[in-house]
Amino acid sequence: MEIRILGPGCPRCGEVEKRTINALAELNVSADVQKVTDLKQIAEYKIIGTPGLVINGKIKSSGRIPSLQEIKNWIQKEL
Amino acid sequence: MKDKWIFVLFALVFLAAYFIPFNQLRIQNSIAEAFLLLQEYARQHVLLCLIPAFFIAGAISVFIRQGAVIKYFGAQAKKIISYSIASVSGAILAVCSCTVLPIFAGIYTRGAGIGPATAFLYSGPAINILAIILTAKVLGYRLGFARALGAIIFSVVIGLIMHSLFNREDEKTRNKSGLADVEETKDPRPMWKTILYFAVMIGILVFINWGKSDSALKIWYFIYQAKWFIGAFLSIALVWMIMTWFKKEELKEWILSTWIFAKQILPLLFAGVLVAGFLLGRPGQEGLIPSQWVAKIVGGNSLGSTLFASVAGALMYFATLTEIPILEGLLGAGMGQGPALALLLAGPALSLPNMLVIRSIIGTKKTLVYILLVVIMATVSGLIYGAIVT
Repeated sequence: MEIRILGPGCPRCGEVEKRTINALAELNVSADVQKVTDLKQIAEYKIIGTPGLVINGKIKSSGRIPSLQEIKNWIQKEL
Repeated sequence: MKDKWIFVLFALVFLAAYFIPFNQLRIQNSIAEAFLLLQEYARQHVLLCLIPAFFIAGAISVFIRQGAVIKYFGAQAKKIISYSIASVSGAILAVCSCTVLPIFAGIYTRGAGIGPATAFLYSGPAINILAIILTAKVLGYRLGFARALGAIIFSVVIGLIMHSLFNREDEKTRNKSGLADVEETKDPRPMWKTILYFAVMIGILVFINWGKSDSALKIWYFIYQAKWFIGAFLSIALVWMIMTWFKKEELKEWILSTWIFAKQILPLLFAGVLVAGFLLGRPGQEGLIPSQWVAKIVGGNSLGSTLFASVAGALMYFATLTEIPILEGLLGAGMGQGPALALLLAGPALSLPNMLVIRSIIGTKKTLVYILLVVIMATVSGLIYGAIVT
């Protein structure tokens, strides 16, 4: 599974990363998690608001911090 | 932090401790001024203004769905609507200054193009909710209002000019694939509840900070006398809304968001206040920099001082909100109202570091034109405001 966290490095993006890693740990799923901080690359994902969360190339959320439960649901859907 | 940088830090602290002439009266005075200004902020602005403002900012980022706003930035959106939304949406979208640049990049490369993108870039930092509230509280309602209005109007002007200069060459290269539709969860509350909730929070903030005015103006004076009653009544209403309209999970998210903003902004503001106090002193007092210098360079409302304020503001980097204590110091040392507005408009919108980021997105030529436009527009707004006020 490929997870990308989009954001230029503000604390809100850090929170999304933390929750994603917690969600993966709770579900006992391994994934390739990377942060995307370059603005041009972020724009390539066709989102506007950051932080953004992309799982397997699908945009799951943008411009807000999703809850742990939401992230867990998305991961399970992509398994 | 790498050891190399820790060493550099140690060396700097050592050199400062070694060379700064602490026994000179001027230095001692300036240090005292730094802490007196900090105390003034702590006593007058933190409890009643900053903390409620952080809660409002936190609520905006949790309870307002951005998707509704963002769809007006798409390539297909009507131009009038894109410009109007771009010029005012900073209030909702730019709560934290670090979100301005990604949104700008998105609007430029995938959405409505260079015009609305630059309009957003110019107005966003100036009308974010924390900046407006603190500007109005510390520097006065007139300057706070002028800042918001100037940012909104001139962002549209800058956007339109950028559009007419560059849109044709952009059209060839621009990616028209548009923006992705993100499936958003449904709003858990009807719109009117959200609006009322925000209105009550803003009401609390406005009324508990109500300034004392001339007792000849009956209504204002009456509100001033009743401000604690109104504040208490609204607070009870707010508590009731929170208990009945919101789920526990949502409230946790709200608190967390508020805390993230506070954690990010307060240390920088704290440092900014100390620096402003050290260099410029409290209003009416002198810091390290003599007041005559300030009055000489940016005093009055002349073209020269307004232009100087815009150029200096465009180059200088202000962390979120730190422009306010610095400006308070400058105004106290004799800066004119016009140059003050020019600095407020050019300052947070541009800085050397963010010029580099903007350049990496839109290229050198457009960046230079944008910088030039910001300096011109900030100067023009400053001159107009200076002429109206005096």
